[in-house]
Amino acid sequence: MSKDNILVKVSNAGVFKNDKWLVREVNLEIHKGKIVTLIGPNGSGKTTTAKIALGLFKKIEGTVERFTNSISYVPQKVSIDWTLPVRVIDFMVLTHELKPDEIRDALNLTGVEHLKNRNLRELSGGEFQRVLLARAISKKPELLVLDEPVQGVDFSGEVALYGLIKKISETLQCGILLISHDLHVVMSATDYVVCLNGHVCCSGSPVDVAQNRYYKELFGNKSSQLLSIYEHDHNHVHSSDGNIVEEAK
Amino acid sequence: MLDDFLFRALLAGIGIALVTGPLGCFVVWRRLSFFGDTLAHSALLGVILSVSFDINISLSVFAISSLVALLLLKLQKTTNLAGDALLGLLSHSSLAIGLVVLGFLTFIRFDIMGILFGDILSVNFNDLLVIWLGGGVILLVLWFIWKPLFASTVNYEIAEAEGMKPERVNTIFTILLAALIAISIKMVGLLLITGMLIIPAAMARNLSNNPKQMVILSVIGGLLSVFIGLYASFEINTASGPTIVTVALILFILSLTNNQKKY
Repeated sequence: MSKDNILVKVSNAGVFKNDKWLVREVNLEIHKGKIVTLIGPNGSGKTTTAKIALGLFKKIEGTVERFTNSISYVPQKVSIDWTLPVRVIDFMVLTHELKPDEIRDALNLTGVEHLKNRNLRELSGGEFQRVLLARAISKKPELLVLDEPVQGVDFSGEVALYGLIKKISETLQCGILLISHDLHVVMSATDYVVCLNGHVCCSGSPVDVAQNRYYKELFGNKSSQLLSIYEHDHNHVHSSDGNIVEEAK
Repeated sequence: MLDDFLFRALLAGIGIALVTGPLGCFVVWRRLSFFGDTLAHSALLGVILSVSFDINISLSVFAISSLVALLLLKLQKTTNLAGDALLGLLSHSSLAIGLVVLGFLTFIRFDIMGILFGDILSVNFNDLLVIWLGGGVILLVLWFIWKPLFASTVNYEIAEAEGMKPERVNTIFTILLAALIAISIKMVGLLLITGMLIIPAAMARNLSNNPKQMVILSVIGGLLSVFIGLYASFEINTASGPTIVTVALILFILSLTNNQKKY
């Protein structure tokens, strides 16, 4: 990967909040046209890591360098207050301008064009995710950060949306930081996987990570059979809360 | 019949309603009602300073309200006290300081009721100038920051991640609120200005399904309140500020019938 293709470089980053480290010693790079996926159990710092990459924390340890300003973000959780009447078409132009046909095309891609005049609060969880994704894509960003973008989407929709994300990364040549629990997808559609549990446990190509002992501990042996066989050693052992309890001999 | 003073009152009311409409929507969306109250209460101190040192009332109210607003933003970041407690602290301490200082000013005849509830019928030409020029500037600035302000209202993190600088526009918006209080205190009074901000916007919410519509209806609601309220206060001889707010409340209650049908 060449130097000028790099969009974000996170070096030794960590966030300390409410007397504990949410995540520490995170290193990762996002490159144009590549998908980086963050996996890990609940509370392992996936969302925190994404927010570090986006620069949403005022005080962090380590450094984050961003080489683009063209960014789209799909947060894990978006709640719209009743007092705020926002239709889908109003939400689509939240941070950038779009022509009506561009709005239509983007909503069409995620299969929710028929909802464009509906109020955001009337949408189901899955429909809302599709709108969030459509908005993020419509901006044609250089960097796309997706925090569990298909949560609540039905199974066939999930497959289609992941296909769409893959296609977007190819056609727009944008870098994607993806947080996902769908290991099947992660392992088949991702270029680089970062496995988190309070720190980076293992990272590498999907093939490498799938054979890592830590990954197997976390997700079960079955999960690594999603890919071919290849083994390398994990150099530490975790307690139940994710802390390192033992260095490898 | 339109007496001269009534015509000036009408012009002042229209000017204020045009500004409270859009600002009020943001106050409702961002849940800032109590924040508006705090700024308004702190305005009393501004009024008293203006009387003591013989400076322009709008200017000194704007200065004090902005100061309190910025202090509040600063405190929100540096202390662990909950937002509403902080607001109460600033609101009532600035009100108390204002009243204590007022106690020293025995040599000045001071219409405290006029400051609390406004006296729209005593508006002179200079006041009109302040309202329309100040209101124009407020609306112009709001126009410029509309997109980032709205984006950060809908979702702060998306706005920040996508480069809309929400913190900066939030600060600007706060100053706009202080400016609105400064230009309207003489007309509406410091106890009623939050009512002018919130009630028409709340009414508009019941009738609208998108942000633009809500702003327009909020302005219309404010204008109607001013027209009907001024006319009524003239006919039945009641205080103009409270009458306008009462009319706004009646409009809000009427709008509820539509709301129940929809949900």
